[in-house]
Amino acid sequence: MTTTTPPATPTGKAAAATADWLDQRTGIGVAVKGLARKLFPEHWSFMLGEIALYSFITLLLSGVFLTMFFVPSADEVTYNGPWSALQGTSMSAAFASTLKLSFEVRGGLLMRQVHHWAALIFLAAIVTHMMRVFFTGAFRKPREINWVIGFVLLTLGLAAGFSGYSLPDDVLSGNGLRITDGLIRGIPIIGTYMSYFVFGGEFPGTALIPRLFTVHVLLVPGAILALVGLHLALVFLHKHTQFPGSGRTNNNVVGYPLFPVYTAKAGGFFFIVFGVIALMGAAMQINPVWNYGPYDPAPVSAGAQPDWYMLFLEGSLRLTPGQLEVVLGNFTVPLNVLIPGLVIPLLLLGPLAVYPFLEAYATGDKREHHLLDRPRNAPFRTAFGISILSAFFVLVLGGSNDLLATHFHLSLNDITWTLRFAFFLVPPIVFAVTRRVCLALQRKDRELVLHGHESGRIVRFASGEYVEVHTPLDEDERWIRVQHEPIRPVQIAPGEDSRGVRRKGYKSDLRRQRVSRLFFETRVEPVTPAEYAAAQEHLAVTAGHGDGAREQIGAGTGPERISHS
Amino acid sequence: MKSLAARRHDRRAPIVLLALALVLTGALYAVLAAPSRADAAPVTTQADAQAGEKLFQANCATCHGMGAVGTSVAPSLVGVGAAAVDFQVGTGRMPLTMSGPQAQVKPVQFTPDQISQLAAYVAGLGPGPEIPTADMVDPSKGDPATGMAIFRTNCAMCHNAVGAGGSLTQGKFAPNLWQTTPTHLYEAMLTGPQSMPVFNDANITPQEKRDVIAFISQQGGTQPGGLDLGSLGPVSEGLWAWVVGLGLLIGAAVWIGAKSS
Repeated sequence: MTTTTPPATPTGKAAAATADWLDQRTGIGVAVKGLARKLFPEHWSFMLGEIALYSFITLLLSGVFLTMFFVPSADEVTYNGPWSALQGTSMSAAFASTLKLSFEVRGGLLMRQVHHWAALIFLAAIVTHMMRVFFTGAFRKPREINWVIGFVLLTLGLAAGFSGYSLPDDVLSGNGLRITDGLIRGIPIIGTYMSYFVFGGEFPGTALIPRLFTVHVLLVPGAILALVGLHLALVFLHKHTQFPGSGRTNNNVVGYPLFPVYTAKAGGFFFIVFGVIALMGAAMQINPVWNYGPYDPAPVSAGAQPDWYMLFLEGSLRLTPGQLEVVLGNFTVPLNVLIPGLVIPLLLLGPLAVYPFLEAYATGDKREHHLLDRPRNAPFRTAFGISILSAFFVLVLGGSNDLLATHFHLSLNDITWTLRFAFFLVPPIVFAVTRRVCLALQRKDRELVLHGHESGRIVRFASGEYVEVHTPLDEDERWIRVQHEPIRPVQIAPGEDSRGVRRKGYKSDLRRQRVSRLFFETRVEPVTPAEYAAAQEHLAVTAGHGDGAREQIGAGTGPERISHS
Repeated sequence: MKSLAARRHDRRAPIVLLALALVLTGALYAVLAAPSRADAAPVTTQADAQAGEKLFQANCATCHGMGAVGTSVAPSLVGVGAAAVDFQVGTGRMPLTMSGPQAQVKPVQFTPDQISQLAAYVAGLGPGPEIPTADMVDPSKGDPATGMAIFRTNCAMCHNAVGAGGSLTQGKFAPNLWQTTPTHLYEAMLTGPQSMPVFNDANITPQEKRDVIAFISQQGGTQPGGLDLGSLGPVSEGLWAWVVGLGLLIGAAVWIGAKSS
């Protein structure tokens, strides 16, 4: 391979010779050339996924360290170490080795805390990244599969987090496992067998910790690694989406090359992510297992909660009234466990998983989309996403109800009852409000395009009339506000032809139209070139003309096109 | 020079100033509002009991009745013992600020002498638990490991694993124990104030009570691993992961994104 700049220095020569040696044996030059020139658009929100990736790398690095010292075994040992409050206590080898990692292994506590903080940030970054992708419509064709892969990565992340949280065998993690055991037993008919199958006998048993260890260090990280590879490969294949702007279309990518710009930025960002996590691990205590003590099925301490990403499940369990338990003859059907533990998560997460397909069904759009939506330009989607998030938020509050009670001096019972109602009332209210806000912002955009910015400059005409001068938008500002296509409900062919013969497939078309109307019936359309030209004409007429000014003001309150077809 | 002049009005300056002002306010508050606390001396005489009766009639009898026999709004104090009085009055819970789900801690209303006089009076009404001696509550003589085991099975479900406090029903709560004196901890176990159950000497022996005190005395201070975030468990950890972790990282992403390429 020939280099563009001739190597002048000895180091340059050595580098070129090494690269040449490698290229002659692997032909890697072609790949490097292609990758180095790959363009990526620039926006801070495109780096949210990188946070997830880098915190995952941090998890792998710190996790390898932890496996060197952790003993995944339920064998009973007596503690004899530096922590006086557990001196002489009998505990599992897993818990004892976690204490040893924390107090005796050099750097062990730092690594444990780095690993745990990285896990919390990994999932927080995934959620934030998903929000970015969702609200900008980056999941549209051709990226639906990548959205589903991302969703699977989220669930794998939850599995990784939960299995890791349960490994140290402290009271808190054991409480979490007991709830899991309850959920498994709640499944009708096969529940008890499933529980014995998972735990290798009666809960908690001695089989679970080694099993969880395999799941946590081998199965789940392996699956995550493979899917991350696929996820990134698809990003390369599809090319990255970009925000609308001057010169950006569905057929190009406006940005900077991977080398040197993004190799420097992304490489630097890895060290920032690692640095922030290391700083948190060094300065902020997380999961102090020595406070909780070794697991024993009897004690549950106040403030027993799972890590934040499982808090919605804890919340749905806490909020569900116990009266839902039904006894049929000799069988107990624990709906008070099944509904919050299985039905509600499915209801909240299921629509997110299939949303790209749902929206494609409603638009009937088969084209590729590489330009992102501004969230306001997709009011239904934005409102839908925010209302799902609000439901999760209510459940998270429900999961923290005891801390809300102590920290805000409220009654625990009042919080629980309020949140029970809020779970049903808040999402629809949030949906309606968000949709209204989106429509209002779109109207504001129309207003700006047609009449320009308010300048604050008041002019008095010779006739004595006052008007405020509006300054027109520049081309870039205007383009962002008018570039998007209006999405209207799908139009379908009539059910019968001219001779009264019924058309095949009319009913499914009708169903699609009904869904489509739900999505796109209420909308504000962008300013059309004709409307813009008309507005410009008014401006031209009013320039310097007292009589025309009234017309200009009249145009400002002119009718908007809100279609209710 | 020009860049120096431009930096003089940095737009981050107000945030830095605000942060400094908050730190200063916090420091001043901590200095000025430092709580003062004194332990009760448990040696009493007949004269103390008479002085205590006068104090009782002036401050407590409105609710508890003239002979401390109780009324419709407050329980009888016959037989509650000196320990209950020393705890309730000595922590500022009594006299009650207002009726509510549970008596709130407030600045102590009486001097240590007056508290022991009140305790002597109530102790004379009927036999009840006595104020423990300094030796009985000495944390250095207890075994924190036994204390932690007892605490985990008997106390942690309300008071949190390390005594950071927790909530109960209808606005009641189990308070944080880190600032409570060893004597008051012992008295609370012995008398079961508010919603707390009584842990009598048959239930948790005096030696075990001292072990519990030894365990609690280790909590609330410097913890291994850095800031303890309130020792509240995963909820506060999650909150800080979002606020500090993701806050800093998104800030960094915006910064890198804004850096000209």
